[in-house]
Amino acid sequence: MDRYILEILIFLPALTAALLMVTPAAWVMAIRWVSISAGALLMFASAYVFIGFDQNSSADDFQFVKEYEWLESVGIGFSLGVDGIAALMVLLTGIVSVTGLVVATNVVKQPKNYYILLFALIAGVYGTFVSIDLFFFFFFYELAIVPMYLLIAVWGSSSKFKNFSRTKEYSALKLVLMIVAASVLVWIGVITIYVQTGSLTFNMLELRELIQSSDAPLSKDFQNIVFPLMMIGFGLLAGLWPFHTWSPDGHVAAPTSVSMLHAGVLMKLGAFGIIRVGMTLLPEGFETWSLALLILGTINVVYGAVSALSQTDLKYVIGYSSVSHMGYVLMGIGTVDIIGLTGASLQMFSHGVMTALFFAIVGAIYERTHTRDTLVLNGLSARMGWASGFFIVAGLASLGLPGLSGFVSELLVFIGTFRTEPILGALGIIGAAITATYILRLIGRVFFGPIDPKWESLKDLSPKEFGVGAFLLTPIVVVGIFPAPFLDVIRPSVDVILRGMS
Amino acid sequence: MPNFGLLITEFLIAGLGFVVLIADFSIPWRSRRAHNLTLALLASIGLIFIAIYSFANRSVDPEHLYEQLIFVDGFSLIFKILAMGIGAAVTLISIDYVYRKIRNPGEFYALIIFAVLGADLVASSGELLTAYISIEVMAFCLYVLVAISRGDGRSAEAAVKYILLGSLSSALMLLGIAILFGAIGETTFRYMESVMSALLGGSGNDPSMTVILGLALFFAGIGFKLSLVPFHLWAPDVYEGAPTPITAFIAVLSKAAVIALLIRFLAEAGYRSMDDWQLPLAILAAGTMTIGTLTALVQQNIKRLFAYSSIAQVGFILVGLISLNENGVNAVILHMCGYAVTNLAAFSVIMAIEVGQGDESIEGFSGLASRSPFMAMVMASSLFSLAGLPIYAGFVTKFLLFTSAVQAGLTWLMVVAVVNSLISLYYYIRIIKQMYVYEAVNSVRVSPSIVASIPIWLLFIGMVLIGIYPLPLMTAIDSATNALGPFLG
Repeated sequence: MDRYILEILIFLPALTAALLMVTPAAWVMAIRWVSISAGALLMFASAYVFIGFDQNSSADDFQFVKEYEWLESVGIGFSLGVDGIAALMVLLTGIVSVTGLVVATNVVKQPKNYYILLFALIAGVYGTFVSIDLFFFFFFYELAIVPMYLLIAVWGSSSKFKNFSRTKEYSALKLVLMIVAASVLVWIGVITIYVQTGSLTFNMLELRELIQSSDAPLSKDFQNIVFPLMMIGFGLLAGLWPFHTWSPDGHVAAPTSVSMLHAGVLMKLGAFGIIRVGMTLLPEGFETWSLALLILGTINVVYGAVSALSQTDLKYVIGYSSVSHMGYVLMGIGTVDIIGLTGASLQMFSHGVMTALFFAIVGAIYERTHTRDTLVLNGLSARMGWASGFFIVAGLASLGLPGLSGFVSELLVFIGTFRTEPILGALGIIGAAITATYILRLIGRVFFGPIDPKWESLKDLSPKEFGVGAFLLTPIVVVGIFPAPFLDVIRPSVDVILRGMS
Repeated sequence: MPNFGLLITEFLIAGLGFVVLIADFSIPWRSRRAHNLTLALLASIGLIFIAIYSFANRSVDPEHLYEQLIFVDGFSLIFKILAMGIGAAVTLISIDYVYRKIRNPGEFYALIIFAVLGADLVASSGELLTAYISIEVMAFCLYVLVAISRGDGRSAEAAVKYILLGSLSSALMLLGIAILFGAIGETTFRYMESVMSALLGGSGNDPSMTVILGLALFFAGIGFKLSLVPFHLWAPDVYEGAPTPITAFIAVLSKAAVIALLIRFLAEAGYRSMDDWQLPLAILAAGTMTIGTLTALVQQNIKRLFAYSSIAQVGFILVGLISLNENGVNAVILHMCGYAVTNLAAFSVIMAIEVGQGDESIEGFSGLASRSPFMAMVMASSLFSLAGLPIYAGFVTKFLLFTSAVQAGLTWLMVVAVVNSLISLYYYIRIIKQMYVYEAVNSVRVSPSIVASIPIWLLFIGMVLIGIYPLPLMTAIDSATNALGPFLG
């Protein structure tokens, strides 16, 4: 198992999708059980990668490395491997996928196609995290994006607000065109890096060695031009301001399980791409542009929080809070500091789990009340005790309450920022304060206070939903109380990346 | 005495065409259905067998006939097999269509076989006049095929446009060849090379205007066949009016053949003067893909949309061709294979819709996912492939094409290409939206017959296979281009 673990991560969801394709659409229960079992297996495999990752091995930062020939003549190989950050992301993908697949059982319209697309997306996400070949990194990156269009446009919901409306087709098209447009920049970057290094290889480990060697095939000017392409191209998927507008609209239109995967893991691909491709292959370009990234990240934090403050739709609030929280990740990357970057990596994990929990609970509330309007919902804790509990813990984690995961990662990012740009650190803390305001206000309004008579008959979470909530809650608490094992996995890899900088 | 054994493939194809024609009128057919099905199976299985036979009996060393008029080498072999594959696939996917809409299946299938023969010769020719005659063999079959829906006014109109503009372009090409012969004294690619590169400004001479004029006219003719901008205006009308199987056939077969000719011409006659070719061809490529893509945005008729989309695709192919290094040429051939499979898959769905509900508008696709999930999936996959998204053929082939452009130092062209590729996604998504998001306007369940759905499955599998595991095909292509090897820079 050890030898093929990364292949399992990619091919298990791919083969499940293929299996579902030939299953008759009427066998709904079989489709659900096959999907959930595949999700559970993926969860085990992901946990295996994370636990099996040897943080003390000093020899090489990439583990479980496997290489297959693919197109030898141009230097493309199917190469897999994980470093500490990727191992953590694999774990995150496992957690979010399995819960997303369980939540997806509430889809009644064409469940077969829904699951096929979800598995394609999951295969793409895993593939991106574990590929060390630049071509396949990009291949899986695009694979993860494509299904989003159909998932939102077919299964999503259109919303009408007081002074504007968002149809699902509009949101889906906006999301896909913006992300693919950004990936065009990545595409240009990938090909120019490959051609410029002049060695016939797409293997990122070999490219890294070449680029950081004394030959330095990529001149500083070249890196300064190409890095912004990567920064915007990948950054857009991470919600980088001012290219974040697809994200809240997409969240609002998407069905619950897609929102969970989208905010939980898909947005992480962007930040991960900046670290894996941008920082590693274009170190000098990154140094030039890191301050810009740090500033944009700070804007993300503050702008996202301010926007969330004025929203009255639960999903828009969470959508903008995602933009704001991804800002911490971008800030952490922009610090070029070991503590900041460690914080950024942990924040990716922490935000992924937290936001998946948010969307799962919001989805459960919406299913019962058919509204997400925070001005209409009130006093839900009286009838939906568990739902309120889960939402409140996720909320507290997102505003950085000590003892929960958000605190650890945000603290690390702030320390990193204060060590490099104190002013931006202070601005970031203001952003965190605004976060506290809107989260607490939201909790107070929606969950506490007198309950409206029309919500009297609401039922609390079903066992299935409770299971999802509890499963997502566990990592939030574990990371909050006991972050050391997670940090130990990340830190050596962060060390290697930053050593490549100087 | 030339070794006629080298032409065995061509003799077999021609023989198959005559067998189909003879079978058509000599057997007393009881039912139209049996008539149509037997001839189609005869034609397609015959082509497949000839393809397998010619692959099994391929000669290891490149050989040629009549002093390099016709080459029999790995390079022509791969295009011959591609052409026969296209012919067989078009025959199979059009069985339902021909049964419903075309009264004389024998002529239809026989002309397809003869067009394949023409394409086969185009890919083998190593001399300008041979190339011209081969192109005409192919084109005449296509002219007739476009007009074969007797009684359909649009088919006749398309045929008239195609013949008039086609003969004009042939005349231009012939004039160009005549001028080149006058200036160079040679029409064999390999012998033209040294004189031409000297006359084009090699070894310090001024470039000769006569040669440039001749080449320009020759390329205008080629450009017409490939529907390059600005020689593309015939394409949308012909694509729209022609019977749909023939639209698919023109879109892939004539392009594959002419691309093969162009590669051989550039590799053997133009490799030393490549620097002079590069910029004009790059501008042609950029214009072709940009105009093709932008015009496709506003189309309402699915066949017109595919006409413009295939114009854009030729632009992409040209991107790889311009680099004229081994990677570029390999990528071009791989893209050509992927493009053929993808387009034929898409056209098989378009045809099924046309036969099922008599509709060619994009709205005709509405709700296809709930009516015929398999057809919708094939169509969506081909559209994603054309847009260059994984896991389909288009992703890897475009990636390799664009990489070769950067290797040739044409980064700007690659940027134009990827931006166009992005814009094209928008109009492909329009169709996907009709199929998956909108409710069905027409409630006809579009389901092809069993015989017709087998090739669709095969095309779909081929499209995915090229996308995720191109190695076997690439190895074959690689050894094929080795025949041109010494001439590739």
